[in-house]
Amino acid sequence: MILRGSDRVLVMGITGKQGTFWTERMQAYGTRIVAGTNPSKAGTLHCGVPVFATARDAMQGAGYDVAILFTPPLMVKEAALDAIDAGAKGLVVLAEHIPVHDVMYFIAAARERGVPIVGPNTTGTVTPGECFAGFMPAFNERIIRKGTVGVVSRSGSLGTLFCLNLVQAGFGQSAFIGIGGDPIIGTTTREALVALDNFPGTAAVVIVGEIGGAMEEEAAEYAKTMQKPVVAFIAGGAAPQGRKMGHAGAIVMGNKGSYASKRAALEAAGVAVLDTPSDVGAALNTRLSR
Amino acid sequence: MNFEEHAAKPLLARHGIAVPEGTLAATPDDAASAAARLGPVVVKAQVPTGKRGKAGGIRLAATPDEARSHASAILGMDIAGHRVGKVLVEAQMPIARELYAAVLNDPASKGPLVMFSTEGGMDIEEMAATAPEKLRRHAVDIRHGFAPSAARALVKDRALGAAESKVADALVRLYAAYAALDAELLEINPLIVTRDERVIALDCKFVMDDCALVRHPDIAGAGTPDKLSEREERAKSARLKYIELDGNVGVLANGAGLTMTTMDVVRHHGGRPANFLEIGGESYTQAKPALELLLSNPNISTLVVNFCGAFARTDVMTQGVIEAIEALKPALPIFFSVHGTGDEEAVKLLKDRLNVTPLPTMDDACKAAVEAAVAVQAISEHMR
Repeated sequence: MILRGSDRVLVMGITGKQGTFWTERMQAYGTRIVAGTNPSKAGTLHCGVPVFATARDAMQGAGYDVAILFTPPLMVKEAALDAIDAGAKGLVVLAEHIPVHDVMYFIAAARERGVPIVGPNTTGTVTPGECFAGFMPAFNERIIRKGTVGVVSRSGSLGTLFCLNLVQAGFGQSAFIGIGGDPIIGTTTREALVALDNFPGTAAVVIVGEIGGAMEEEAAEYAKTMQKPVVAFIAGGAAPQGRKMGHAGAIVMGNKGSYASKRAALEAAGVAVLDTPSDVGAALNTRLSR
Repeated sequence: MNFEEHAAKPLLARHGIAVPEGTLAATPDDAASAAARLGPVVVKAQVPTGKRGKAGGIRLAATPDEARSHASAILGMDIAGHRVGKVLVEAQMPIARELYAAVLNDPASKGPLVMFSTEGGMDIEEMAATAPEKLRRHAVDIRHGFAPSAARALVKDRALGAAESKVADALVRLYAAYAALDAELLEINPLIVTRDERVIALDCKFVMDDCALVRHPDIAGAGTPDKLSEREERAKSARLKYIELDGNVGVLANGAGLTMTTMDVVRHHGGRPANFLEIGGESYTQAKPALELLLSNPNISTLVVNFCGAFARTDVMTQGVIEAIEALKPALPIFFSVHGTGDEEAVKLLKDRLNVTPLPTMDDACKAAVEAAVAVQAISEHMR
C-alpha cells in the first residue's frame, strides 16, 4: 500500500507522546489526518482533529480511508480488528513486540476483506511531496526528496540511510515502503516490490533487505520479470548464526535465511547486490544509463 | 524462549497428548533410582539444542546400574556449547512407527502451518531436502483454528491402520497447545505409534514467542533463557540489544538494520566487528549506558558510532555518547557518522564538546576505524 495525499487518515493512539509528536509532523508535511482515537478521550480535540473512542465511531463521525496505529503492542490486535471491521481500506501498524499470534490474527481478518497492512515493527511509508505515515523524517530534505526511485526496506534506520544516500547521489524517491522487521508482516518485500513497480513515476527500485526468512528470495522471482532496474542490499552478512540481530525476523537457522542464499537469488534475477549502502547511487547510475 | 524437553512435555500432557513416564535427574544416583522405578529407560541430556542423539546425549539403559553409568557419562557433557546439568530418565516405549508433527508460525502463508510426516525421527531440514513429498502441510486460518476434518485429511492414506484417528486427534491437540501457548514452534519428533497402538510424544521442541511471555507468567519461568555472556546479561537488564563477537572494532548504531550493516561494512573494509549493539526504537535515549557497556570489552581497540535517525533523534543519541565519553575518557579512537533526524544539532554538539567532526559517510567512518585497529594491533605487537 502506498498512501496518497488525498487519503483521509485516522491516527489510533493519537494522544500519546509519540502519537502527538508524529501526528504534528505528518500534518505539517501534508498527511490528511481527519481523526484520532483514544478510548478515554472521546469527544475532545487533539492536534486539531476530533478524538473518538473507537475506529468504528471515527468512521461514523469523521470517515477515513487509512488507519495508522500508534497503539501499544498488546493492544494492537483489538485496535486493528476495530479498524478493519469499521471499513478502513488500509492499515499501517507501527508497534514492535506484538505477539505473533495476534499479528497472524489481524492479518487473516484483513486478508478476508482485501485490506492491505503495512507492518508491524515499521517506521512506516513516505510518498514524497504528498504525505507520510509513521516515524519517517520525510520533512528532512537531505533525506526525502521527490524523485523516481522506489525504496522497500525491512529496517527504518537503514532505509533512512538509503534515502539519504539517494539524495546525496542526486536521486529522489517515488515512494518509500518500510515493511517492518518482524518475521510475519502484512506486506512482504515481494508485495512492496510489485506495488512500487506499478507506482507511477518509478524508474528503479532499491530493496533494502536483511538476513532471516525468505522474503528476498521471493522478491527475486518477481524482480526477474521486471523491466525496471532493481538494486539491493542485504544487511547481516557479518552476523553470527542462530542469534536474533535486533529484529525478531533477522535470524539465520542452518542455511535458512542466510546472506549467501539471498544474494545468490537476487543476483540470479539480475539484481545488482551492493557491498555497502554508499554504492547505491553509482549502481543506479550504471543501470539507468543502459 | 526455548523450553527444554522436560519442561515442554508436561505442557503437551496438559493438552491431552500422552508422554512417557519420566523423572528429571541431576545426579547418576537419581537416574538409577528413577530406573529402578520405571524399568528399562532412556537417559536423555536436557539442553536447549537439537543433535543430542548424535552427540551421545541419548542412551538406552536396561538396568538401574546402566542408567547410573549413562547418566554419569552424559552429565557434564558439552553439547553444542551447552553443559549438560540434568538428564530426563524415561520409560522405554515399544515403538512400531515414528512420525513427525509440528505447528509453526509460517511467514509465507502469514499464519500457522501444521506439518505432518510418517518419516519421523530424522531432522526436519533433512526430511524437507530428501523426501519433501512425504511432508504434508496445512495452512491454518488462526481465527478458525485447526478442524478435526483437516487433521484427518492430513494423516489419511499413510497406512496408519487403527492408530489413524488417534494420530489425527493428537494433531488437533497439538494445534490447541500451540494456540494456547503462543508458540512460535511446537514440534513432536518423533510422535510414535506403539506396538499396542498408543500414540505418544517421545520428544518435544517448544519455542514460545518472546513478545507473548508476559501473557504466560505461569509457565514462562520454565523456559531456558539464551546463554549470554556477562556483558550480554548486563545489556539485557539495561534493555539494550547486544551480541558479542570476537573482533576488535566496536560498533554502536541505532536500529537493527543499520547496526548489522555497520558490522558488514567494517568487515567489507577488512576489519573484524567486536559486537552488535543497537540503541534504536524506544531505547535511543540509552546511548550513555550503551557506550559504557561497549568500552568494558577489553578486545575493542577502535570504535565506530554510526547514527541515522528516523524515529531515533541523533542529537539525543549523540548527547548520550558525549556524556559517556566525558565520564569515562576512553583512550581508544572513535569515528562518527551521523545523519538523519537531529543531525545538525548532533554535529554541532560533537564539535563544541569533543572537538570532533563526523566523517562524511559510514564507509569513511568504518574504514578509518579498521585502519586504526590495524595500527593499534601493530603497536601492541611491537610493544610485546
